[in-house]
Amino acid sequence: MALLQISEPGESPDPHTRRHAVGIDLGTTHSLVAAVRSGVAECLPDRDGAVILPSAVRYFADGTARVGREALAGAASDPTNTIVSVKRLMGRGLADVSKAGRLAYDFVAAEGMVRVRTAAGIKSPVEVSAEILATLRQRAEDTFEADLYGAVITVPAYFDDAQRQATKDAAELAGLDVLRLISEPTAASIAYGLDNGSEGLYAVYDLGGGTFDISLLRMTRGVFEVIATGGDSALGGDDIDAALADWALARAGVVAGSAGDRRAASMAARVAKEALSSADRAVFACSVAGARLEQPLTRADLETIAKPFVDRTMAAVRQAVRDAKVDKSAIDGIVLVGGSTRMPLVRRAVHEFFGREPLTNLDPDQVVALGAARQADALAGNPGAGDLLLLDVVPLSLGIETMGGLVERIIERNSPIPTARAQSFTTFQDGQTAMSIHVVQGERDLVADCRSLARFELRGIPPMVAGAARIQVTFTIDADGLLSVEAREETSGVEASVTVKPSYGLSDEEVTRMLGEGFGHAEDDMAARALREAQVDADRLLAAIASALAADGELLPAEERASIERAAAALRASRDSADRAAIERSLKALSASTEAFAAERMNRGIRRALAGRRVEDL
Amino acid sequence: MSPATDDFALFGLPRRFALDRGELDSLRRALQAEVHPDRFVHADAAARRAAMQSAVRVNEGHARLADPLKRAAYLCELAGTPIRAEDNTAMPLDFLREQMTWRESLDDAGSRAEVEAIAHELENARRLAYERLAAALDERRDFAAAAQEVRALMFIERFAADVDDRLVALEA
Repeated sequence: MALLQISEPGESPDPHTRRHAVGIDLGTTHSLVAAVRSGVAECLPDRDGAVILPSAVRYFADGTARVGREALAGAASDPTNTIVSVKRLMGRGLADVSKAGRLAYDFVAAEGMVRVRTAAGIKSPVEVSAEILATLRQRAEDTFEADLYGAVITVPAYFDDAQRQATKDAAELAGLDVLRLISEPTAASIAYGLDNGSEGLYAVYDLGGGTFDISLLRMTRGVFEVIATGGDSALGGDDIDAALADWALARAGVVAGSAGDRRAASMAARVAKEALSSADRAVFACSVAGARLEQPLTRADLETIAKPFVDRTMAAVRQAVRDAKVDKSAIDGIVLVGGSTRMPLVRRAVHEFFGREPLTNLDPDQVVALGAARQADALAGNPGAGDLLLLDVVPLSLGIETMGGLVERIIERNSPIPTARAQSFTTFQDGQTAMSIHVVQGERDLVADCRSLARFELRGIPPMVAGAARIQVTFTIDADGLLSVEAREETSGVEASVTVKPSYGLSDEEVTRMLGEGFGHAEDDMAARALREAQVDADRLLAAIASALAADGELLPAEERASIERAAAALRASRDSADRAAIERSLKALSASTEAFAAERMNRGIRRALAGRRVEDL
Repeated sequence: MSPATDDFALFGLPRRFALDRGELDSLRRALQAEVHPDRFVHADAAARRAAMQSAVRVNEGHARLADPLKRAAYLCELAGTPIRAEDNTAMPLDFLREQMTWRESLDDAGSRAEVEAIAHELENARRLAYERLAAALDERRDFAAAAQEVRALMFIERFAADVDDRLVALEA
């Protein structure tokens, strides 16, 4: 992890300087970083002027890694140390990826997320993705000659909780402050909608290298509201390449035995497939088993091979339109995103279903990063970012395991986020003080057919007779689409402690360990960093409270204001001490003193929203 | 906002069944524009938490008001006449007979046209039931009658979902 240098978080933000916030599209085949500069969103190029970074990481025996084009060069000659399409491994277990059966890596059975053995040691998909993200972060910092304030990272709309969490972990490992995870089709719609001033109901069809999403969104004056989403997080151009390679090899009567041969065949298939987007004929050309192979093919051949995959996307499109409860004739436009939508077959299928020509006037490779950059700029609070608001949904239903391996659904798919649902449980043994809740995500009725997300262990339930305890468990999905769980026993008011065992993720300890390895420094460095972080937190909180008081301070009764100001003064006093524990205590105290103020500010927001509307009815 | 605030008050709407969905949606956007966590990225932890809770509350209220059946059930509950669907399953015999007949005809239906005919008949019954429900809630303010209508509509909606599934299955 030599590449990962985590910089000190920035000084307390000065409201007059522009914050450098970026949007990152972490894609299956390639990744991009974009930022808003002088009011325009643009993708940032590397030193050679290329904006696209191939999502490839090659590991070497000395522990170093190369990322991008340089790494890709080794894809066929050094397949087991060159990780491509790592996005397909994020938040996935060994059984999931062996089902795919085509990836050439030396997988390691590990609890939870799959690992890959490389010359530089065993790597989790999170670490591999972090290398890609760190490269993009470096590119952005070189461009700005400044530290980054934060990043918006895009994920497929159909990514489940484990895949989203893995992405966020990777960003943190790469030293990025994640302002928000947003869905790729939503990001695309921002870029599209803001640039074209579009209003109305839009469908975004996003077929990338390894994932497919369909989202239906309503755009209303800067508000992007997702109505329904659907897709397949393991379906993309990669699958078409693999099927095409199989077809060509079978035609030629050749067997690709080695990992290198298989990788070479997929790459040749991709070249032929891309050529067939504009030409009628192409040649599948590669060296397999030391022999040169040239297999001519036509666009019709490709379309026969690709049709089953495109049919699967269209089934998801039909379902999403049904979920949105809209008539497809009400859709004002269809936006195509992702390199695979360059295929004429895809365009025809979409055109046929919606009965109108899809919009293709934005570069399908860049549009996601550009939209993410707009959102990052808005979240950073930069002047001129405009009023931009994303209202997204949870893509998959969330449920818990009940008796007999059945799923009880708690949160339905396409529920707007953030969302929360409380559920009551009771104990079934006298004196029971702990219980385990198995959370799954998916649309099927059997636990076995859904994705296991995590097991939440509740401890510290006061001992009572069986059935007497009332444990209220609250499932919350935040604005990043990530789940958290809280529990309290209602009759005694005791908070139960919740520990998470992610089914396909990294535990908090593992993430912490990786962060530590990223430094490779001694203990005292860790302590110094923790102190520095506490001081930055203190600066941020003081700045946040100062601006809240400036905006809404008159809502506060004098004595409450005085108590907040006392707590702020105490934090300012401890901030410059070297006593991290003291800073953290003052942080907590100041934070607690503002609870009521925060609630009052929300009320004011609500009154402001309703003011002038429907006064006659109030 | 106080948790005691009811959904209608939260959205500044009159407490009645008749509702303009477009207006409700636009109110949700206006409220989220004030309280969504994205508006408080730089704020202190207490404000971020409060924003999260408020945004959840707005989404929850919107979901309850946007769905006519949930909205009706909510009005009955606010009026002190909860639906209690789980322990109040007694339905008029005629209604149950009609349900049985529909279920049987769906089981027997083999063609798309037959299923569509059932869907059409069901749609009429559904529309009439909602009209009766609206009258009970907004005109007569007879919440007991409304609650009974809600329970009947729960059967109808469940059956409508099954009919819809059949139509989709026939399409595939």
